[in-house]
Amino acid sequence: MEFFQRFAIPHPSPAIYASMVAIALVSIAIVVGLTYFKKWGYLWREWLTTVDHKKIGIMYLLSAILMLFRGGADAIMMRAQLATPEAKLLDAQHYNEIFTTHGVVMIIFMAMPFIFAFMNLLVPLQIGARDVAFPRLNALSFWLFFFGAMLFNISFVVGGSPDAGWTSYFPLAGNDFSTSVGTNYYMIAIQISGIGSLMTGINMITTILKMRAPGMTLMKMPMFTWSAFIANVIIVFAFPVLTVALLMGTTDRLFGTNFFTTGNGGMDMLWANFFWVWGHPEVYILILPAFGLYSEIISTFSGRNLYGYKSMVASMVLISLLSFLVWTHHFFTMGQGALTNSIFSVTTMAIAVPTGVKIFNWLFTMWKGKIRFTVPMLYSIGFIPLFTIGGVTGVMLAMSAADYQYHNTMFLVAHFHNAIIPGVVFAMLAGLTYYWPKFFGFMLNEKIGKSTFWLLSIGFVLAFFPMYITGLDGQARRIYTYSESTGFGPLNMVSFVGAALMAIGFITIVWNIYYSFKNSPRNIGSDPWDARSLEWATHTPVPVYNFARMPQISSSETFWDSKKKGHQLFKGEYEEIHMPNNSGVPFVMSAIFFVAGFSFVFALWVPAVIALIGIFICMGLRSFEQDHGYHIHVKEIEETEEFLGGAK
Amino acid sequence: MKELFPAKQVMGFVFSLILTVIALFVYYTDMSFTVGMTVLLVTAFIQAFLQLVVFMHAGESKDGKSIYTTIFYGAIIAIVTVFGSLLILLWDM
Ligand code: HEM
Ligand SMILES: [Cu+2]
Repeated sequence: MEFFQRFAIPHPSPAIYASMVAIALVSIAIVVGLTYFKKWGYLWREWLTTVDHKKIGIMYLLSAILMLFRGGADAIMMRAQLATPEAKLLDAQHYNEIFTTHGVVMIIFMAMPFIFAFMNLLVPLQIGARDVAFPRLNALSFWLFFFGAMLFNISFVVGGSPDAGWTSYFPLAGNDFSTSVGTNYYMIAIQISGIGSLMTGINMITTILKMRAPGMTLMKMPMFTWSAFIANVIIVFAFPVLTVALLMGTTDRLFGTNFFTTGNGGMDMLWANFFWVWGHPEVYILILPAFGLYSEIISTFSGRNLYGYKSMVASMVLISLLSFLVWTHHFFTMGQGALTNSIFSVTTMAIAVPTGVKIFNWLFTMWKGKIRFTVPMLYSIGFIPLFTIGGVTGVMLAMSAADYQYHNTMFLVAHFHNAIIPGVVFAMLAGLTYYWPKFFGFMLNEKIGKSTFWLLSIGFVLAFFPMYITGLDGQARRIYTYSESTGFGPLNMVSFVGAALMAIGFITIVWNIYYSFKNSPRNIGSDPWDARSLEWATHTPVPVYNFARMPQISSSETFWDSKKKGHQLFKGEYEEIHMPNNSGVPFVMSAIFFVAGFSFVFALWVPAVIALIGIFICMGLRSFEQDHGYHIHVKEIEETEEFLGGAK
Repeated sequence: MKELFPAKQVMGFVFSLILTVIALFVYYTDMSFTVGMTVLLVTAFIQAFLQLVVFMHAGESKDGKSIYTTIFYGAIIAIVTVFGSLLILLWDM
């Protein structure tokens, strides 16, 4: 009995017990359902062992949407608690746990898989490749992310959630002040999924550099691929810092080392330093692919080629360097001197310049264009003014002297949500709507889509703009309540209303998917939006091999050229296609990672060591495995192409 | 015969041995901490570069240029991170 004591929740509440029951019921329902409908084999063959970038992309997408709702539930609880002064909905401890998991889930387990979803779905198609460079590694990346996310998500029912903020600053996150296993979950779950991200980075860079179709020079790549390339370069250089910092944090907590402790030569501020060396590049990892999606969408629906392709690329390259030079702006108040703060103020403001260049490029793309106000375009048009406000308030925060006033207030919270929601979340929803027909064979309903857009936009403005004001008036972030005399009450109530509208907006997305699945016509062809870049040149649904014949590239808008300028995309005979085999190893290995992670969280050394050995066995097996993939014969290609509606 | 003899590699090997010997001197002779550290750092970086170019054949393949670009980019980011952290946490604290 004593053994099981450690898995108990240190600070329970009826809501947590209710979630435990709900989780148990849902898990049982899934197992029973799969068994009843005899879908285990299908699940294993088609999804768990797949190495197909499109299926992996779809799994990323589903996980991201799932996590969006998990993080969203956290958000609405926080806003409800703050809606009125001295509310009793949550106590301080629960509030701490909720804002911590909200931040981690939204950044690491929602936004990251969302961008990986689009990278997986689009990059190979946009460069005319059959898959990514290392398909099996790609599956491993996904499953590491997935099991990392699961490990993090069970924390609130097994052992207790982390409560030191998504930044997990030491000494608060150290053993002295965070006594539950919560912060162990933080360190280890993020570690596991972070390894996956790093591998995706390497995979995508290799894919983009090595596997482009004939004729596609770097400067003829579609803009999303460029943005993915730069984002992955940043991943490869930024994530190792996080890996090491998390490892140091883990050994501090589990083995009593003194990297981030306050005594024995440790330095607590070193954690904040490392965290932001990764953390600031991380926000650009998220925003660049979002910019890429906007570029694709804006040029399609303006009926014009992207204005200033070269300056778009140049500004992203510049951002990739500058994003490593600004990290101190997250802790201007930590005590370093004016010289340091001034340097980092200037670099931070400098990064707003290439960002501004991009805004103007989008505006010029729309200028004199024939704009079609579809749902993806609405998001893109809404994004420009809203994101600009986020950028401008960012520049306000970047003035280090003024930041002493703003830091750790609701003003900061308003800033980064203002950058991330219109910047990243809107882009993901725009991309979801835009690319949905390519991967699922039907369009999402435009009417419902438009109401989603308006709900989210109005909800967003109501939810976050009041925080700029309460922040300037001194409402601190991460505090679970306030007294009535502060006068923050009414504005926080407005925020809550906005958050509720956003929640409704997110629910309409699910409703839209269901409704369109039932009602949308299926005969939409392969180019329903009259688009411009290569991903639209193949069939819908996309065959496993993507392109039956290698496309010949003329420009960054090859597909448009082939529609309007008589460029011949596909030439020559069909040839046998070489494809990678499925494999269960990535799934199994990641599941073992989960076991190892769980054991480390609770310091159960025997299972931890066994699991680690298991991981090495998986790697060893891979080294000795002979797997040459399989071939699709010409006859089969002809049949598939015929079936999908004519040769391409 | 000339093409067969790996002159570059042999020279590289000898040179890396010399670098190792120099580094060993720090241990066997009595130097101040600063001098010793400087010698170690300098020899270590030359050694790493030597290994990379001579034995790991950086720059010999078609994508030699991109290998050097990556190393350069990585080095810049590493240097900025290390010296930035020193500035923040020690020199300007
Ligand atoms: C014009 C560009 C931007 C500038 C000048 C800027 C500036 C800043 C500054 C100075 C802070 C720290 C303020 C403080 O802690 O007192 C900050 C925080 C933050 N920014 Fe931005 N930012 C910009 C764009 C973005 C973008 C594009 C994103 C995300 C996609 C973003 C996400 C964040 C986040 C997540 C935080 C705070 C995290 C935390 O403390 O929990 N920012 N920004
Ligand atoms: Cu930042």
